Order: sequence, then structure tokens, then C-alpha cells
Amino acid sequence: MHIVVCIKQVPDSAQIRVHPVTNTIMRQGVPAIVNPYDLFALEEALRLKDKFGGKVTVICMGPPQAEDALKKCISFGADDAVLVTDRSFAGADTLATSYALAAAVRQLGREQKVDIVFTGKQTIDGDTAQVGPGIAKRLGLQLLTYVSRIADLDLEHDSITVERRAEGGVQVLKTAVPCLITMLEGTNEMRFAPLENMIHAARYPVRKWNKEAAGIEDVTKIGLKGSPTVVSKVFGPTPRAEKALMQSVEDATPRDVALNVIQKIFTQHPTLERDILAKAAV
Amino acid sequence: MSEAEPKKPAARGGRNLELPEHLKAYKGVWVFIEHDRGEAHSVSWELLGEGRKLADTLGVSLSGVIMGGPDEPLDAIAKEAYSFGAEACYIIRDPVLKGYRNEPFTKGMTDLVNKYQPEIVLLGATTMGRDLAGSVATTLATGLTADCTELRIDPATRALAATRPTFGGSLLCTIMTLAYRPQMATVRPRVMRMPDADTTRTGTIIEDSLGMIETDIVTKLLDFIADENSNKVNLAYADIIVSGGKGLKNPDNFKLIWDLAKVLGAEVGATRPVVQSGWVDAERQVGQTGKTVRPKLYIAAGISGAIQHRVGMEGADVIIAINTDPNAPIFDFAHHGIVGNAMQVLPVLTDTFREHIAMRSRKAA
Amino acid sequence: MSEKFDVIVVGAGPSGNAAAYTAAKAGLSVLQIERGEYPGSKNVQGAILYANALEQIIPDFREDAPLERHIIEQRMWVLDEESFVGTHFRSDDYNKPPYNRYTIIRAQFDKWFSSKVKEAGALVICETTVESLILDGDQVVGVRCDRQGGEVFADVVILADGVNSTLARKAGFHGEIQAGNVALAVKEILFMPQETIEARFNIKEEEGVVIEMFGKITDGMMGTGFLYTNKDSITLGVGCMLSDFKENPNRTSPYTLLEKMKAHPSVAPLIAGGEMKEYCAHLIPEGGFYAVPKVHGNGWMIVGDSGGFVNAVHREGSNLAMTTGRLAAETAIAAKAAGKGFKAKQLASYKQALDESFVMKDLHKYRDMPQVFHQNNQFFTTYPELLNRAARSMITVDGIDKKTKEKEIFSNFRKSRSLTGLAGDALKLWRAFR
Repeated sequence: MHIVVCIKQVPDSAQIRVHPVTNTIMRQGVPAIVNPYDLFALEEALRLKDKFGGKVTVICMGPPQAEDALKKCISFGADDAVLVTDRSFAGADTLATSYALAAAVRQLGREQKVDIVFTGKQTIDGDTAQVGPGIAKRLGLQLLTYVSRIADLDLEHDSITVERRAEGGVQVLKTAVPCLITMLEGTNEMRFAPLENMIHAARYPVRKWNKEAAGIEDVTKIGLKGSPTVVSKVFGPTPRAEKALMQSVEDATPRDVALNVIQKIFTQHPTLERDILAKAAV
Repeated sequence: MSEAEPKKPAARGGRNLELPEHLKAYKGVWVFIEHDRGEAHSVSWELLGEGRKLADTLGVSLSGVIMGGPDEPLDAIAKEAYSFGAEACYIIRDPVLKGYRNEPFTKGMTDLVNKYQPEIVLLGATTMGRDLAGSVATTLATGLTADCTELRIDPATRALAATRPTFGGSLLCTIMTLAYRPQMATVRPRVMRMPDADTTRTGTIIEDSLGMIETDIVTKLLDFIADENSNKVNLAYADIIVSGGKGLKNPDNFKLIWDLAKVLGAEVGATRPVVQSGWVDAERQVGQTGKTVRPKLYIAAGISGAIQHRVGMEGADVIIAINTDPNAPIFDFAHHGIVGNAMQVLPVLTDTFREHIAMRSRKAA
Repeated sequence: MSEKFDVIVVGAGPSGNAAAYTAAKAGLSVLQIERGEYPGSKNVQGAILYANALEQIIPDFREDAPLERHIIEQRMWVLDEESFVGTHFRSDDYNKPPYNRYTIIRAQFDKWFSSKVKEAGALVICETTVESLILDGDQVVGVRCDRQGGEVFADVVILADGVNSTLARKAGFHGEIQAGNVALAVKEILFMPQETIEARFNIKEEEGVVIEMFGKITDGMMGTGFLYTNKDSITLGVGCMLSDFKENPNRTSPYTLLEKMKAHPSVAPLIAGGEMKEYCAHLIPEGGFYAVPKVHGNGWMIVGDSGGFVNAVHREGSNLAMTTGRLAAETAIAAKAAGKGFKAKQLASYKQALDESFVMKDLHKYRDMPQVFHQNNQFFTTYPELLNRAARSMITVDGIDKKTKEKEIFSNFRKSRSLTGLAGDALKLWRAFR
């Protein structure tokens, strides 16, 4: 069995800062990490490999530094890693990204038939959740999004049964492999790599594919050119017209501050007080 | 001229930003109406409310798209859609459309778009809407903007200007699809205000067929296990929410949030860092990557107010913020600000609320 | 099967990187193990980069290292509550390349340095804590990590695990860390537009200023403050001896100290409008010469902060770290070439090289400084105040003749310190600086 996991290297959003003056993102010094959602996909792939045998290949589109993210995946137990990197990919939106990644997955399939493609639910920097579905459509794979559990995998009959998170409940879906699964977060816990794997990963020669090696056929579909969406403006939030009514525990006792706030909100919003009293009465 | 000429985005990297002639025929605003077990998801009505404004600005019609099984109350849903502003509903009834599956829904939506050519298609950013939107946009090779917080029509290009948080919610960006149609966008539940229903409004139904039979479809829906409602956190629709951030320092202090919530009969919310630290379950996360809420009262303790969090809660009627830093961004959009240590203020606030409620209840009785 | 390397370097700070780079560049097999999420994630420094130490490791570092500004002006300020007396030294000489000192932002610099280490051929693994040294008799033969199958072996282990070198303590090479031998420093990086910085400090693009501060800003504790200009940010911080923080009667926290310093009327206008990007605290070994422990033994050497190699008087640390790292690696390289084993005897040339380098010479020169300052807090309280009062008195034109003023200044000094005290202080200082 050959499983391909698509990952992305993202800036650790917890550490991103916006320049106070220019309103630009200060990426300098912000550590790059494997998109946390992708780790659930990788772990699920590794579990399937543990159970059924086979090979897990991790693939990532990004700049040369993204090699570190792939090496990290190798340390967790992935067998092979490919970095799809080419200047012409720059400026890609989700449509162009799914085109390039789909081509690269197809290329991996030429080396060894791919049974399952995994992606994370979404990335923490883009938050679009579109690339997984996009890859599935382009490769004609059955799409299973927001999977919370793989209930059954029958390789003999090429069938897979999963539980999928839906609004108000869980769908139990049965489909055929090859398929693409976007894994829900919190569904598993990434393993702790043994030391041997860490050393192996540090040494691992990540394969690097440019657009030709990745089998890109139509260069008008990648990068900025292949992106229908245009970012017209990036800006910081505007404060509310009226600033908050401020009180400080330096100027009054916490008790007075609390009394004051409660009195103010209930005077301004009598229905709110009624609601709270009604709840308290129950 | 007193008014500045609206500027068009400049073409870069040799890409075409002009709408090709053959796509100029695309007209009208569509909303995909999501329903489950006979009931439409309220995000669809929220979208109709926004769609109405867009359609009015453009001077075009607003329609709903409803797909489902023949035994599902699609006509009743269409009627409801009219009351929220739709003038027409495109309906596909087919047994294979009972229960959401990607393949038939993608085909149904894609075929409808190709046939009737709307310029804008809006979907809820739910597990269904996101699954469908990504597939449809890829199939149609058009632009899709996810999780928008504001939708407007750009006066210069008459294109949809979709604003969404970016970079993990540190900034906002406005995205447009200029040379492709339709322009697609998803919006999370509760981000847009629920429009008022006007049951006197009517509309027309346009029926279409799917042209797909069950044996064409590889994926089978074996079962649907509905969530048990009793112990489910319903943050998105809670009236009162007390939320805590990393300013509370440790999970022990976070208990102060639960204490206040209990007194107010409120739900407990949290910021992303709190959830990531495992202090509370992920379903309590408020913000761009968590839930969007519109409660009547939102109390934010030890929360700085990063955009990530702000976009999830600024729709609250009343926001009380407690933070040690008087310059914390949360005070830019809270209604009442308390500068102080949340660990010190929360217990007092809890006691004062408790006394107030007890006193008022006695008076009422 | 556990692997064996020529050298294991524990830690990816400046000293560890210098050691790993030097050894790998010479063709040794090197494994570098870092506890943090990525190389540099645990590193904190002012930060000033002294070109010379790095030049000896990577001669062409200026080509791609992320450097902020080269220093053309050094200010020394002695502060009381509302004023400062100071000297400024600025020279266009510092504008002639190759530059001597740069401000850097460690997060970026460390990323770069680590990439050089990897390019040189060392294996770098992160998020891995070395829990103990593996001993074969009295010979260190490897390390044990907190991961499954966590034993890995080497001829030489270079300890670059920082000020808190738990490894050296656990192995019994060092005693417990003394609060009187470490300083606790806090710093912030404040962002502001490049043009604002250049206007406020009267500098051109790429030129930088350093301000060293001491006096009342440390609330009577032994310590100093600093301010560095980066490209579009200002780093400022303050550090005092850990023991002083513990004994401080006002229970002043490092954070309040920094806030006070930021609010000082001489500092505040320089940083006005800056937005905080980063706040961090760090321990600095400032015990000096007498606190330097045993630096090598059978199969091990200790470098950088772990060995206490910091010249507190001149606020130098990273250059000592890099130099000790390089010297340790060179010792390992020579020992391997000699093929006579890696006992303390074969590694003794490390100690010798240290003694002959500026590292031990400088530490020796200032060997008594920590003691003098530590036991005489008048250097941080009384004198700064008197100095500022003196300056104010002399400079303020108020109709009083200068002679009277001089007399008053002298009597002020006398009131605060006895003549013998004054003389004693001068003597102490002279001895310590000598």
C-alpha cells in the first residue's frame, strides 16, 4: 500500500506579529512548523502503515526551507519525502496549489500506485480547507473530508469505511480506494520519534522536484498566473468608533468596578437582565 | 471631481485581470441552501441576508439552490428562502441527493452553474459547504474565498470583494476574483446577522434534474449518527458566554471562568492558545479557527483581543473585557473595559453578579 | 544499534554551533543535539555580535549572515532617577569595513548559524533533551537522550548546554550553580520604523548605537542596562545578579526594573511609540574568572555559558562562547588526528588554548570585579546620584560661583561616603580594573 500525505510548512501563527507601523507581517524570526492539522493526517497514515504495511510518502509544496518540515515527518516515521519547489509556484492560491500538488501526486503514482492521499483539515495560515478537495477532484479520487475515524480498510476489495464529521452528527461513509482523506484534528496523537529516527531524518536526502520533475504540464495553471483570486488589500482591524468605557482596579476597588459594570449593562440592556434572572430561576 | 476614481488592482505576473467577454453573461447571486433532516441550516438564511444586499447593489436577482431527496420538504425550505429574500429557488430532487455526498452534490451544483450562469455563489463554511465549495470551484476552475467576514461589491470592477482574516488571524485581506466566474465565497455560521423574515414574500421554483443514478456513485452513505444534544456544547448559539485567555496563566485559574459562567447560566469559551494548551476542549474555542458567536453578553477575561479571536465574537451585543494591559486591543472593540488582573477581578465579579441576581430574584418574588 | 560519532555537541547556541561547525568542517562526524523546538529557540542574548570571534570560524560570514547594524557609537550612561552623566564615543573609523561589531536579532542569526552547521555536514536534531552522560569507567563515551533508544556514542562530548549546564552538574564535574555567580537579565525588542531610529540616534542606514547604562536603574542591585539599535527595532534590557534580586528589600522584579528603565526620562523618548515584539528573560553566568569550573576531562569539554565564559564587565559572552566552542572543536580534531585517545590528557590542549586566548586573559584581568561590585552597592546607588548632582550643579547657571559649587559637591560626596570609604572604593575599582 502506498499512502501519500500532503503537508505544508507554515509560520507558527502564535508567534506572528504585525508591524505596528506598516501593517505588514513580520515573518523574520517566526519559526516555521509543520501545519499542526497535517500531523493528524500523517499519524493516521502511519497507523495504517503499521497495520497493513506499505509505504508513506510525504509531499510538500513550498520554498527550499520547507525541507525541514519534511525531515520532521521522516523522523515520525514517513518513508520518503518530496519537496515540490519552484519559483514559478510563487503567488499560488488554492486552485493553483491543488493543480501543482495533484500533478506531483500523479507523478508519485507513476513510481508506485497511490492508494490513499491524506491532507490535514486545513492549514493554520490559510485556513481555507480547499486544497484537499481540489486535489481529489483533479485526480478523480473519492473525497472524504473531516474524517474522524477510519473504521475499516479492506485492501483486497479496495474499499474503505470512515466516519465523517458533519453538521449535527457523524456520517458513516463507505467508498473505494484510491481516495483522498482530510483528517479532522484531535483524532489521534502524534507519536514521539525514537532517537534513531531523529538521526535518520537529519541525514535523509529529501527529494526536490521542480515543476518539470513534478510533471506540471500547463504552466499557466500554476503560481500567480494560475490563481483566479486577487488579493486587493491587506489591512489591520479598525477600532470601534467608541472606545470601551474603561475602569481600572487601580482607581476603585474591584467590588466597586464590578457593581458599576453590572449596573451599567443592565440599565442599558434590561432584556439581558431579564434573561439572566429567568435562567437563574430555572 | 470630488470623489477619487476607484482604483483597479494592477495586473502582475502576466495574468489577465479583465473579465473575458463570454463570462460577462454571468448574472445573479446564488446561495447554496444547506439542510439536514428537513431543516435548513441557519447559515443559509444569514447568507441570503448578505446575498440580498449584494444583489441589490448589482441590480440582479437573488436565488437559492436546494438539493435533496424527493421525500424531503424542499418546497417548504424554498418558501422559507423567499421570506429571507430569495426571489427564486433552483431545486434538484433526486433519491441520490438524500444525505450529503460530495459526488452527486458537486455534479448538481456544477451543472446548475454552467446552465444558469450566476456571477456569485455563496455557501456556508460548514463541513458540507466547505467540502462542496472546494470541489465545485476546482471543477469550474474559478476563485473561491473561504471564511469571509465581510462581503461587498467593489465599485470599480463590480466584482465581489470578499474580506477574510489572514495570517492566522493577525490581519484582514480583501480578495477578488476578477477574470473568472462565478465568484465563490464561504461564510461561517453566525458571522453574518440573521435577516428578518418576511413571510409575505414569494418566489419561483426552477426545477432541474441531476442525471445520475445510484450505481454511478462510488461513495455510499451507510449511516448517520446524530449528535446527542444533551451534553453538546452549543457555543455558537449561546446567549451569554464567559471566555478566558492565556492571561489567566494556568488551568487552575481558568476555573474562575467556569464559576462566573455558572452564576450567569452561560457557556464557557476560550481562545486558541488556551485550547492548544489543553485547558478546555476544542469545541469551546471562539475565533477564526473556532466558533463564531453572537451572544447578548460576552465576558472576555485575560484575552488580549487578537484578530483571530475578535472575528469570532465582535458580533456580541455587549462585550465586557478584563485585561491588565490598558492598551490591549480588546479594549478597542469591547463596550466595557476593566483594567485589572482577571484572577483578582473575576471572583469579585462572580460574587457581585450572584448577589445582584439573588437580590433581584427576591424582589421579583 | 546505537551509532557512534566523532563528536557529540549538546546544545545549539553560539558555542555549540561554533564547535559543531568547526568539527564538521574538518571532516569529523558530528551529532548536535538541541533541546528546543529549533536551533536558537532557547537562546537569548542582547544581542551584539563581535565580528572577530565569528570571523575565525566563518571568515566570510558577512556575505549572508543576518546582521542588523554595525556599531559606530558607544554611549556609557550613569543614571540617577531623572538624569544621566555620560560619555559618548563615536568614530567614523567604525564605518570602515570590515566592521567590528554588529547588532543582531538572535532568532534570525541562530537560524543562519545553524544552517551553516548543517551545510558543514553536522547532523542536527532538535526537541531532544540529553538527560545524562554515558560513562565507561571515568571516560565519557556518549549521551543518553529522552527518546526511545536514546543512547548515542562519541569519542568526545562537547557540553554547550547553557548557563544551567545540568549535564556537567549531574556528572559531578561542577557544583551547584551559585545565585551570586549568575545574573538574571530581561529584555524586550520594540519595533519602530527604521527612519525613526535613524533620526533619534543620529545615524544613517546600517549604522548603530549602543548605550550601556548603570546606576539607579538597577534599584541598588549590581547590574547594568543596555539599549541597542537594530534595523527596525530597539533591543533594551537590564540585568542584575540573581542573588541581589533575591535579597532586594523592595522585592523588585526584573520586569518592574525594565519597566522603570523604559520610563526613565532619558530613555523614554528614545523608545516612544515602539511596539513590543518579544520579551524574554535569561540567566547569565557572571561569576567571572573564579567561577570558571574544570573545563575538560576524559572524553568531554565544556564551552560557552555552561563553562561560565562571560566577561560581565564588557558585556561580552557570545564571542567567548564562539571562541571556546571553536577551541574545543580544534582540540577534538587534533586528538583524533593524533590517534592517542580522548582522555583528559589528550584534551588538555583545550585548557591551554583557552589560557592563551583573550578568553581567560580577560576573565583573569577582571577577576575581582564581581566581588568588588557585589560587596559595594554604593557603586550602583550613591555614586550615580552624586555624579548626576555634581553635573547638574556645575552646569546649572544660577548665580552661585563655581568654587562654592565644587565645595558643595565635595561635601556631598563626603556626607555620603567617608573619606576612607571614598579612597577605598577608588582603590577597589582600580585594583579590579587593573
